[in-house]
Amino acid sequence: MEPLLDFQNVSMRYHALSGETNVLEDFSLSISPGEFVALLGPSGCGKSTLLSLAAGLLQPDKGRVLLRGRAITAPPMHMGYMLQRDHLFPWLSVRQNACLGLKVRGILSEKTEKRVDDLLISCGLKDFASAFPQQLSGGMRQRAALVRTLALDPEFLLLDEPFSALDAQTRIYLADEVKGLLGDKRAALLVSHDISECISMADRVVVLSRRPARIKRIVQIDLPGTPRQRRSDPKFREYFDLLWKELDVHVG
Amino acid sequence: MLVESVSDSQRDYLRRCRRRDRMVVAVRWGALLFFLGLWELSARLNWIDPFLLSSPSRMALSMASLARTGELFSHIAVTLGETLAGFLLGSLLGLGLAALLWWSPTLSRILDPYLVILNALPKIALGPVLIVWMGSGPQAIIVMSLLVSVVVTLTTVLGGFNEVSREKITLLRSFGATKRQCFCMVVLPGSLPTIVSALKLGIGMSWVGVIVGEFLVSRAGLGYLIVYGGQVFRLDLVMGATAILCILAALMYFFVAYFEKRLRDKRGERP
Repeated sequence: MEPLLDFQNVSMRYHALSGETNVLEDFSLSISPGEFVALLGPSGCGKSTLLSLAAGLLQPDKGRVLLRGRAITAPPMHMGYMLQRDHLFPWLSVRQNACLGLKVRGILSEKTEKRVDDLLISCGLKDFASAFPQQLSGGMRQRAALVRTLALDPEFLLLDEPFSALDAQTRIYLADEVKGLLGDKRAALLVSHDISECISMADRVVVLSRRPARIKRIVQIDLPGTPRQRRSDPKFREYFDLLWKELDVHVG
Repeated sequence: MLVESVSDSQRDYLRRCRRRDRMVVAVRWGALLFFLGLWELSARLNWIDPFLLSSPSRMALSMASLARTGELFSHIAVTLGETLAGFLLGSLLGLGLAALLWWSPTLSRILDPYLVILNALPKIALGPVLIVWMGSGPQAIIVMSLLVSVVVTLTTVLGGFNEVSREKITLLRSFGATKRQCFCMVVLPGSLPTIVSALKLGIGMSWVGVIVGEFLVSRAGLGYLIVYGGQVFRLDLVMGATAILCILAALMYFFVAYFEKRLRDKRGERP
């Protein structure tokens, strides 16, 4: 099967007056359509750079990043990018925030607005459509950001630690919701340093080394069910221990 | 969550709040009346020299006599018109330049030291040059007012533009937004509160510019009345015109503050 997203021998350096940083060197990874891949690695290892490359916000120094075999030169139309914080605009209502991507793309129509309204209903935000973000709880805000992302009907999602600013319960609850809304057809690339989160959501966990990021190990996750069901699976523990060792966590 | 039915303690609390609010307003007006009364009394009883320090009644009388001939209102109209013109032009120019400097960080870096110097320079020093260039008419005064207000507006607004979170811009760029869309959809609305406070500062600055300008060149306006009063030793004229200036400046400020409140209400912000 042709990969949906394909990093081919990508190298990337950041330049500053104080010196250069080698973030990626000869990095390759393919993601199939409908696949949920988690990138697990120490902070500052270049995970977010990979997302920026896939989002078309950065261009690689060497190598290629392909979407269905074609190089990504600008943010792809059917791509959703979720950041660590919701970044809802405080001067817009929840519904206006959710329509933001459609507005930028210039495809705000009755049909797409209907999609936004349906998404707001399925995210339990129907009664808050005309509320302002600051009237919402943290979980609701991130759900509104999810609606904003899904409004463009993306075929793949880039998730940059989208739950890290939330409390533990909301995080688990929202993981279920995101997986449910994504369905089986959409692919996703999740960046996280939370081992449990990666196991509970992903089909495949890619463990990265410190800078420059190399793939240390790829672990196929064979767990059925929703993220919450996966967490109570006996095999969950095994995967956790395996990844914990691979991640080589040093404290201090 | 707010409780629907009002309990006794809540009612008590609201009553205390209202009483305190009333007290604040009463003392505020009381202090003003006390000050004016004391001033009037001191002048009447010759505790102070009314020739040098005037008195509220003298000020009122001299203003009333000017009002009767209609002269007062034409002075007010002149000053008010010049201030509004200077304020509007200064604000528009400041906003436009801030947008330009946001657009081009390189230009912003090139011009940075000049802006710092322009900000530090007492713009009043440019007065004589302005008179030579533009003649001793209202144009020179308006330009003076513009010069005094534009730098403050420019630096404040540019600071606001640059403070808008990079991540919000990244988010918009991930939707494929152009730089122009980023400016119109995040940067401008995101720094609207800063723009309003820049306007508040700009209003005060415009008044400074106009009065200074009128001191230097004019034959009309409240600044002219003040200078003229000082030259012929009519302190009631000087202080009366100053009092009117106070009231006008306050009214203009409240107008902007009201605009700011409307804006907040519209955006659903709690004060």
